[in-house]
Amino acid sequence: MDKQVQQLDRVIIRFAGDSGDGMQLTGDRFTAETANFGNDLATWPNFPAEIRAPAGTLAGVSSFQLHFADHDIMTPGDAPNVLVAMNPAALRANLHDLPRGAMVIVDTDEFTKRNLSKVGYSVSPLEDNTLQAYHVHALALTQLTVDALSSFELSRKDAERAKNMFALGLLSWLYGRPAEGTEKFLRDKFARKPDIRDANIAAFKAGWNYGETTEDFAVSYSVAPAKMPGGEYRNITGNTALSYGLIAGAQLAKLPLFLGAYPITPASDILHELSKHKGMGVRTFQAEDEIAGVGAALGASFGGALGVTSTSGPGVVLKAETIGLAVSLELPLVIVDVQRGGPSTGLPTKTEQSDLLMAMFGRNGECPLAIVAPQSPTDCFDTAIEAIRLATKYRTPVMLLSDGYIANGSEPWLIPDVTQLPDLQTPFATAANHETENGDRVFWPYKRDPKTLARPWAIPGTPGLEHRIGGIEKADGHGNISYDPANHDLMTRTRQAKIDGIANDIPKLAVDDPSGKAKVLILGWGSTYGPIGAACRRVRLSGGEIASAHLRHLNPFPENTGEVLRSYDRVIVPEMNLGQLSMLLRAKYLVDVMGFNKVQGLPFSIEELETAITDVIASVNAPKPRTRRPAGDR
Amino acid sequence: MPRDDSPPIGLGYKSLSLVPKTEVKQSTKDFKSDQEVRWCPGCGDYAILAAVQGFMPDLGLKKENVVWVSGIGCSSRFPYYMDTYGLHSIHGRAPAIATGLSATRPDLSVWVVTGDGDALSIGGNHLIHALRRNVNLKILLFNNRIYGLTKGQYSPTSEIGKVTKSTPLGSLDAPFNPVSLALGAEATFVARTLDSDRKHLVEVLRAAAEHPGTALVEIYQNCNIFNDGAWEILKDPEGSKRALIRLQHGEPIRFGPDNERGVMRLPNGTIDVVEVTPENESQILVHDAHAEDPGVAFALSRLPDLTLDKTPIGVFRDVVRPTYDALMASQLRQNTNSAGDLQRMLRGTDTWTVN
Repeated sequence: MDKQVQQLDRVIIRFAGDSGDGMQLTGDRFTAETANFGNDLATWPNFPAEIRAPAGTLAGVSSFQLHFADHDIMTPGDAPNVLVAMNPAALRANLHDLPRGAMVIVDTDEFTKRNLSKVGYSVSPLEDNTLQAYHVHALALTQLTVDALSSFELSRKDAERAKNMFALGLLSWLYGRPAEGTEKFLRDKFARKPDIRDANIAAFKAGWNYGETTEDFAVSYSVAPAKMPGGEYRNITGNTALSYGLIAGAQLAKLPLFLGAYPITPASDILHELSKHKGMGVRTFQAEDEIAGVGAALGASFGGALGVTSTSGPGVVLKAETIGLAVSLELPLVIVDVQRGGPSTGLPTKTEQSDLLMAMFGRNGECPLAIVAPQSPTDCFDTAIEAIRLATKYRTPVMLLSDGYIANGSEPWLIPDVTQLPDLQTPFATAANHETENGDRVFWPYKRDPKTLARPWAIPGTPGLEHRIGGIEKADGHGNISYDPANHDLMTRTRQAKIDGIANDIPKLAVDDPSGKAKVLILGWGSTYGPIGAACRRVRLSGGEIASAHLRHLNPFPENTGEVLRSYDRVIVPEMNLGQLSMLLRAKYLVDVMGFNKVQGLPFSIEELETAITDVIASVNAPKPRTRRPAGDR
Repeated sequence: MPRDDSPPIGLGYKSLSLVPKTEVKQSTKDFKSDQEVRWCPGCGDYAILAAVQGFMPDLGLKKENVVWVSGIGCSSRFPYYMDTYGLHSIHGRAPAIATGLSATRPDLSVWVVTGDGDALSIGGNHLIHALRRNVNLKILLFNNRIYGLTKGQYSPTSEIGKVTKSTPLGSLDAPFNPVSLALGAEATFVARTLDSDRKHLVEVLRAAAEHPGTALVEIYQNCNIFNDGAWEILKDPEGSKRALIRLQHGEPIRFGPDNERGVMRLPNGTIDVVEVTPENESQILVHDAHAEDPGVAFALSRLPDLTLDKTPIGVFRDVVRPTYDALMASQLRQNTNSAGDLQRMLRGTDTWTVN
C-alpha cells in the first residue's frame, strides 16, 4: 500500500520519557539522520539533574527537542508539532507546550493506574477529553516491541528497553529519515553484545514497519533538504565545538594545551572531549577541586603552555582568587564558564546567563579581564579561538561565557578549512629588554609592549631571564615587590587600560536593520542570538521595523557600542537573568535600555520575544506622551 | 596502563635526569637574587635559605631550569631570594600550581616552599593530592607550629591547648603530624629535618632532589617572634642527644647519649623505644626507607610524645612509583586519536556535503 506523503517546510519533534528511557540517545540518533539528510536543524536536550529520578514521576522526565527544516533556522523551536510521550509523566510535563492540532504519540502500556496516579491523573487522559485538541496515536509501544523481539532470547526487561528504538524507527519512517546510519550506529555501539545489538536493530525496523503497514498512520511527511552554503558539514554540540576551538586555537598559537578541570554540569563534556585528544598534544588534568583545576592551568601557563580551565558558575566562584592571581601575573589563561541556573547549586542542567556580572566583577580588587560569549553551538568554536587570541596577545585571563542551552544544543556546522584559520603565534621573550643606568642589559618582566600593554612572557628554561613574580603588587617595569602608593595607582590603571585597549582590536558592533528605518534596537549577547534573530524575522515579515545587534565581546565592549545604543529611540536587551548586561550598558553609556528578562532555566521562545518587540515598536510609534512602557522587566 | 617501548616510567631515570645540566661551575652566589631578605632577624628561614643556596650548585642544573613556587606565609617569600624562576602564588595553592607546571615541563626542577598553615590548613587538599599523584615536585614544609605572617594565631600543627591571640583560653583541636599525614596520603618520599642542622638538612634535601616523584620534607623551623623555642629540645646539644632519633637506611634505629635507646617491635605488634640490652640488641629494628609497606614508617612517625621525646628525623620513606608527569607524557605518546591532524579531528566520522 503506497501511503500519501505530505510536504512540510519544518517540523519540531519532542521525544519525552523517563530518565532511563533513552530519550537523549533517541534524539541524538534522529538528529544524526536528519543532519545526514541535509535539513537545517537545531536541538535542545532538557533533562533533570538526577541521574535516575524515581521512575514515572514528573521530576524524572527527560526530553529532547529537534527542529528541522528545508530552510535555515535559528532555534530548536518554541512549540513541538509532535510529542512522543513514553509515559503519563512525559505527557503531563510537556502537554502545555503543545499547540492545538499537534501530533501526540503515547505508549499506552505505560498508562497504568499506578503511573497515572503518580502524576495526578485520576482518569487516563487517553480516555477523557484532555487530548481532544490533538491528533493522538495511542500505541502499545512496549508490547509491540516485546512482540517484535519474541524470537530473541532476551528477558522481558531487556526487550522492553529497546522500545526507544521502536519509537525511533516509527518516527524515522514518519519523516522519511534514512535508516542506515542508525543501524550502523547500533552495530558499533553493541558490537560486543550481539543479542542486544540485533534486538535493537530489530526493534528499530519493527517501528519503521509499523508505520509503513498499519492504518494508524495514513500519511508520512517529507521535509526537503535545506539550501545551505556549499561545503562539507557535520552536526556538532556547543561543548564539542568549544573543545575543538580550544585545540585549534592552541595549535594556531603553537602552544601545548593544558586543561585543568573538575567535573561539573554542564561543562564536563569539555573535559571528556579534550581528554580524547591526547594525540593532539592535549593534556587534561582532572583536579582534586575547582581551585586546583585553575591553579594547575595557571602553572602550565607560567611554563609556556596554554592553560585552560572549564567549569560552571559554582566553580568560577571557587576559582576567583586564582583568576585574580592570573590578572596580577598577567599570564594567558582561558576560563570557560558554561552557565547554568543559580544561585548556589541552582538548576544544574538548565540554562541561564546570570554569571556576567560575576565574570566582570567577581574578584577582590580592581581586577579586569576580557569576556567573550558564543552565540550558538557552532560559534563556540570561533569564540574559543578568539578567547585564545586575546589571552595570548594581551597576557590576560579571558572568561568565555557559554551556557547550558548552546553547550548541549547542536546544529549543522560547515567544517572550517584549517588552512584558513588565523596565525595566533605570540613570541616568548628570549633576551634582556632593558638597559640599566650603568649600562647592564637586564630582563624586566613588567616592561610592556607600548601598543598592547602586554608584558613579556618569559618562560622557565630561558637563560638570563630568571625572574620572580607573584600576587603582591609589583613595581612597574622591573616587577619587584612594591608598596609604593603611586605605583599601585599606576599599575591598577595600566591593567585596566590594557583590557580597555582590546576594544581597538575587535570588530565594531554590527547592526542588522534591513529597512534602515527602525527606531527600536534589540541587543543581545550569548545564546539568545537564535531566538532574537528568529523573532526579528517574524516581526519584519509582518511589516515591523526592528534593528538587531549581538555582542560577542562583553568586556571590553566594541568601541562603537555607545554610538549604536544612542542611535535608537528604544533599546531592548533580552537576557536570561534580571538585567546584568542592561546594568553594564546603563552604567557605561547612560542609555536607558529596557531589560526583557526571564529566569526560568529555559531559553526565550520566539513568540514571547516577537510580542515584546512588537509592543515596544507600537509604543515608540504611538502618539506622545507615552502612557506606559509595555514590555519592561517581568 | 599500556606501556610503550621507552624505559619503564619513573623507574628508568632519576628525578632530575630530564633537567639540562650546566657546564659552568656554580657557586652559592649564583643562586642569590638581588632582593633584600626580609624575614625577622633570628628567623629559622635564614638558615634554610643559606643551606638551599649552598647545596643547589651540587645538583649541577642549569639554574634557568629551576623553579620555586610558593603560597602565602613567611616561608612563601622564599622564591624572591633565589636567582631562579619563581612564582609567589596564593594561600595553599602552590602544590596545584606546581602540578600544572611540572606536568607540562619535564625539563624543570620544580620546588614548592610552604608552611604548616599554608600546606596543612588552607592547602591541605592540594598537598595530599599532589602526594598521592606522585607529581615530580619537591615540597619543603617549614613547620614552626604557628601563624607568623598574620602575627601569631595557632596553626594546624600547634599542640592542643596552645594559647595564642585567637585562642586565649587554649586551642581545642588536635594537631596534624605532617609526616604521618604524608605517609597516609601514600607519599613516595617523606623526610623530616631541622633548620639548625645544616649537614642533616642538606643531606635530606639532596635525597629529596634525586627522588623521582613528590618528595615531602618537613623542616622543623623556629619562629623566634611568635613561637620561640618550639623545637628547642631537639636543638639543644644535650636534650637532642636523648630525644632525637636519626634515621639511617639500613642501620638499627638507636639513639641516646650512649646509644642506649632503640626502637623495637613489641609483642602486641606496635613499636616503641626500649633500653637496649645485650639480650634485645639483635631485635632492634633496622630502618628500611625503601619498604613498600608504609606501616613501619608510619609507626615511627607516631613515636614522639608531647615533650618531643623520641622524635625521628631523616628519611622515613623513599620508594619508587611511576610519576604522574611521566605517565601523562606517556599517554600523549600512545594516544593516536586524530593523530595530530586538526582537519581530520574537525571532520569527525559523520559528515555530509552540500553542493
